[in-house]
Amino acid sequence: MKKEILKLRGVKVHFPVQAGVFNRIVGHVLAVDGVDLDIFRGEVLGLAGESGCGKTTLGKAILRLVEPTDGEVKYISQDDNETELTSLEKKDMDPFRKKLQIVFQDPHSSLNPSFTIFGSLQDPLKKFGIKSKEERRKIIGDLLEAVNMRREYMDRYPHEFSGGQRQRIGIVRALCLEPELIVCDEAVSALDVSIQAQVLKLLMQLKKEKNLTYLFITHDLSVTEYLCDRIAVMYLGRIVELCDSEDLYNNTLHPYSEALISAIPVADLDKQTKRIVLEGDVPSPVNPPKGCPFHPRCPKATDICKTEVPTLKKYSTNGNEHYASCHLIDLPEIS
Amino acid sequence: MAKSSLDKKFDQIRKREEEKTFSTKKRSRIVNKFLNNRLAVLGLIIFTIIILASIFAPLLSPYDPMRVDLRSMRQPPSFDHWFGTDSTGRDVFTRVLFGGRVSIFIGLGSAILSAVVGIAVGCYAGYKGGWIDVIALRISEIFMSFPQIILVLLLVSITGQSLFNLMAIFILTGWGGMYRLARARMLSLREEEYVQALRSFGLSTFTICYKHMLPNALSPIMVNITLSTAMFILTEAGLSFLGLGVPLNIPTWGNILNVAQDILILQNYWWMWGPVGIVISVFVLCVNFIGDGLRDSTDPSQQG
Repeated sequence: MKKEILKLRGVKVHFPVQAGVFNRIVGHVLAVDGVDLDIFRGEVLGLAGESGCGKTTLGKAILRLVEPTDGEVKYISQDDNETELTSLEKKDMDPFRKKLQIVFQDPHSSLNPSFTIFGSLQDPLKKFGIKSKEERRKIIGDLLEAVNMRREYMDRYPHEFSGGQRQRIGIVRALCLEPELIVCDEAVSALDVSIQAQVLKLLMQLKKEKNLTYLFITHDLSVTEYLCDRIAVMYLGRIVELCDSEDLYNNTLHPYSEALISAIPVADLDKQTKRIVLEGDVPSPVNPPKGCPFHPRCPKATDICKTEVPTLKKYSTNGNEHYASCHLIDLPEIS
Repeated sequence: MAKSSLDKKFDQIRKREEEKTFSTKKRSRIVNKFLNNRLAVLGLIIFTIIILASIFAPLLSPYDPMRVDLRSMRQPPSFDHWFGTDSTGRDVFTRVLFGGRVSIFIGLGSAILSAVVGIAVGCYAGYKGGWIDVIALRISEIFMSFPQIILVLLLVSITGQSLFNLMAIFILTGWGGMYRLARARMLSLREEEYVQALRSFGLSTFTICYKHMLPNALSPIMVNITLSTAMFILTEAGLSFLGLGVPLNIPTWGNILNVAQDILILQNYWWMWGPVGIVISVFVLCVNFIGDGLRDSTDPSQQG
């Protein structure tokens, strides 16, 4: 039986756009515009989409690094206690900060250049009740060994490490309080391919050892295919398709996902793939197009797409739940 | 085959490496870069000499800077009086040494204190943003828009001349620049991912901004402290020359210069104002050299 760890309901993050002398608010960037999503314990949920579609903002909103404008983020503990995170006071949030952690994209700005690794990692440990220095050193040392680095590295400065090593230190930081869910915000995108594979393998190994759940944010669908149990595809602040990762590749429902998948390079000369090239850019999230947000770029768009906003509906492919928001799907809807 | 000189050198290095006799003394890259800058090192040396000479003034000079000696008035430089004596027979060299104490204390003290105020406000406001930032920014603008000299006049007329009034004014008008510098650094630093990571642990604002972010914002502030030390010393000299600065009975570099207001002294007794003018210029120049050296060595974009 799958149990949820996080339930997102109608999460919205709107950034005000200010202009003029008095910083009048002239509009809002609808970075995340109503996302419903369940994350199950022990799964790897991929969150894919192109730049600027709100993936990272959604990830940060879960941790309240960005305050959601609206909606609920519910954390369900192992013994089924539900807590609504967005309405908590700052200090009441602490026990949940331990459970939810994040690994960042850029290994060069994710470590403080003026502190040693131990120096920058010890404050969180101190805060969460590990008082003796020996104990802190032991925890960090053990974790460094868990990510295949030497224990002594904790006394070095970030500039002494390579990109891949720094990213592994970023993983150590996320792991140091024994979290349950880790948001991997493009955790491997800044690394070169051989290092990417190394870090991904490490992440999967750690997941097994420590029973972790990952929300894996990426723009690279070729990575998610091998990694994720389920994949959510985002476009312009909304989820347009959500299904098991196999179904996304074999039974694609949404035309946007189709275009994304057709862009994955395939190392097979005989296999002829139809490349779907999307015209133009992502529309501005300040005033998204009326109707389906994807219709100006959709190769299949019809009249209804220009007027009515599609909702995320439940379908079934291969006997699995498959959500998509498109007017043009001819499968029967399941309630 | 004979070994080339390069091979020999390499062998030596390898030998030393094997014996582990390489100097283990680790000097930071910043210190190394600073020491490679000749002007900055020269500045540091002269700066240190002047400061030491001021501190140990009683050991260097047998005279009392305040004692009037009417038998030796307006004597030109001689073996007894290196910089001559002034109109009341006080030894000018002694007065320059003792004056350095007060002048440097005012300059360095005001610069450091205004940096402390500016950093304390700037870090917090820059990191938090929002209305705190807006209010702090406006307040600093108000203080920076006051002309220093008018503030001095005002305070002198209300409370009379004193050393601490002068320093208070320097700090009031000087913290704004430091505040802006600290704030600007914090604004760019707070978007860095390590700060986000600290926030994701729910660490307190104080720990994040003063412990983790401030060290990364410090190098331009250090440079600014040295440069404003020089500026404050010059301003003190200027104000004291006009008779508005430190009370005239305390010897400072500016107060010694004050005698040059008299055209008779300016024309006939060059030793009363010349040496002290040179000392001020040299000191300020040295401080500026040090500041430049610091800027070059701490600027990460110039890291070779």
